[in-house]
Amino acid sequence: MIQQPPQPHLLAQTGPAASLRRVHGLVLRYWYVIRSSWPRTAELIYWPLVQMLMWGFLQKHLASATGLAGRAAGLFIGGVLLWDILIRSQLGFAVAFLEEVWSRNLGHLMMSPLRPWELGLALIVVSLIKVSVAMVPVALLANVFFGFNVLSLGFAFAAFFANLVMMSWALGFVSIGAVIRWGLGAESFAWLIGFLLLPLVCVYYPLATLPGWLQPVALALPPTHVFEGLRALVLEGRLDSGDMLIAFGLNLVYLGLGYAVFRRLLEDARRAGSLVQMGE
Amino acid sequence: MCRYPARRAARRTLVEAMRFAEIAPDRRARQEKGDCEMPAAHAPWSDTGAAAVEVVDLVKEFGSVTAVAGISFRLARGTITALLGGNGAGKTTTIAMLMGLIVPTSGSVRVLGADMARDRHKVLHRINFESPYADIPMRMTVRENLDVFGRIYGVAELARQLRQVAQELRIEELLERPYGKLSAGQKTRVSLAKALLNRPEVLLLDEPTASLDPDTADWVRSHIEAYAREAAATIVLASHNMGEVERLAGRVIMLERGRILADAPPDELIRRYGRTSLEEVFLAIARRSTEGSVEPEAAPLLQGTK
Repeated sequence: MIQQPPQPHLLAQTGPAASLRRVHGLVLRYWYVIRSSWPRTAELIYWPLVQMLMWGFLQKHLASATGLAGRAAGLFIGGVLLWDILIRSQLGFAVAFLEEVWSRNLGHLMMSPLRPWELGLALIVVSLIKVSVAMVPVALLANVFFGFNVLSLGFAFAAFFANLVMMSWALGFVSIGAVIRWGLGAESFAWLIGFLLLPLVCVYYPLATLPGWLQPVALALPPTHVFEGLRALVLEGRLDSGDMLIAFGLNLVYLGLGYAVFRRLLEDARRAGSLVQMGE
Repeated sequence: MCRYPARRAARRTLVEAMRFAEIAPDRRARQEKGDCEMPAAHAPWSDTGAAAVEVVDLVKEFGSVTAVAGISFRLARGTITALLGGNGAGKTTTIAMLMGLIVPTSGSVRVLGADMARDRHKVLHRINFESPYADIPMRMTVRENLDVFGRIYGVAELARQLRQVAQELRIEELLERPYGKLSAGQKTRVSLAKALLNRPEVLLLDEPTASLDPDTADWVRSHIEAYAREAAATIVLASHNMGEVERLAGRVIMLERGRILADAPPDELIRRYGRTSLEEVFLAIARRSTEGSVEPEAAPLLQGTK
């Protein structure tokens, strides 16, 4: 029987308001860190900017040389911007968690009333903040340098964005679960897990380029539908909303699986004692 | 009348005398004048109240290694208990199971009535801990850190409570400074402020005065004593500073190789083991444990003969 004496010095601990308050507290924690360190902010923008410039100039060169790529104007830039949404979101999620490990604050959080799903929700919000900080300036520069306006994609962009960030969170849950279970030895997993998808999800080439046996694997990954959708939109001016819904459904499955893996690894860590031996 | 130094004086060894000299001059003067109260924790230990912590047949195995080998104890509300033992005795694992960070292989841990393996989130807002080995974020200011933890713990009237805790812990002038830029003593005070922000009913302290100078360490101990008294909090203390344990704890649970070797008030332990201080008791047990030649029950030491 849980002893429950009056606690006038504490607010209600259950219900949506209590959860939101805890999530808000943790988001504030990450916001304070981003705000206090300009190199962290610069790092968020640095790589997407380099990628965008490199692929933008390559696209410009191909367009002038063959005319073929001219018809596909925006494919490379669009691809790289969307890919970076996926990667930046996943890294934003995972690195926010890694901050807790690096600062040896994880024990405090795991000992606090914060529920695991609230930690996940806070990381999701932080990943959205970080993607915004990283991608808004880069998208603006893509328009200035190469005339590619990501917002010209309209509703399609919202569908692409939603599908990409959902996949990134699923990957994020798996990667932080690995760090919780196996310590900082699994840190590189958190950095690299997104890149596992790069050859499979057809960022820069159509699905048909992949060998036949690999295409079902690629189609089982939501980002493939996004990048195929981008190509269809740019080259043929159409967006298959059914395809986007399939991607969304797949994402729900992956997000559920990702969270389940995270919870399982967290419980394994509690059994193995990893939470109190967080290190290499 | 202050009984604390008087009781100690009769058997003050060189080690104790050195430790006594470490006590801040103002407190020592008050003790010698007799105008300080005996710490609440030194009141005779009683296990008759509702248990704040209840550990039953607790076992934790990591593969083939048994870290905790079937221990049981109850901690009454408003008591301070020290968990002692050499390296590898099982106290870190035990404390982690008290916090729910490690799930037992078998047995159970109930804190404030909640099974910490399954229901810990029902009581975690009423518990807190402080350890020099668990930092709080370095880049954030002290105020930001306390603000974040206050929200996570759901502290009512957070701004007022933050001001009050800052005042009590004398960290008001540190509030706008990044935690990482503070000295060890300042960090400890801030960590303690974080640990007391939610006015926990159960407080776990792991080496609360490690790496502090004697004056600061004494101040921290005084504050812990005061909090325990005012809040009737149950405190579990892990420390290698035997003077600290003697001063703060009303009960000592001594672990060796995952088992409870002794469980008694410090004075009784000292008497039972025929030593002059808890430090001597600890050293004797640790050395015997290192040699590993005798079972605790068979050791002359445990029978109170030197």
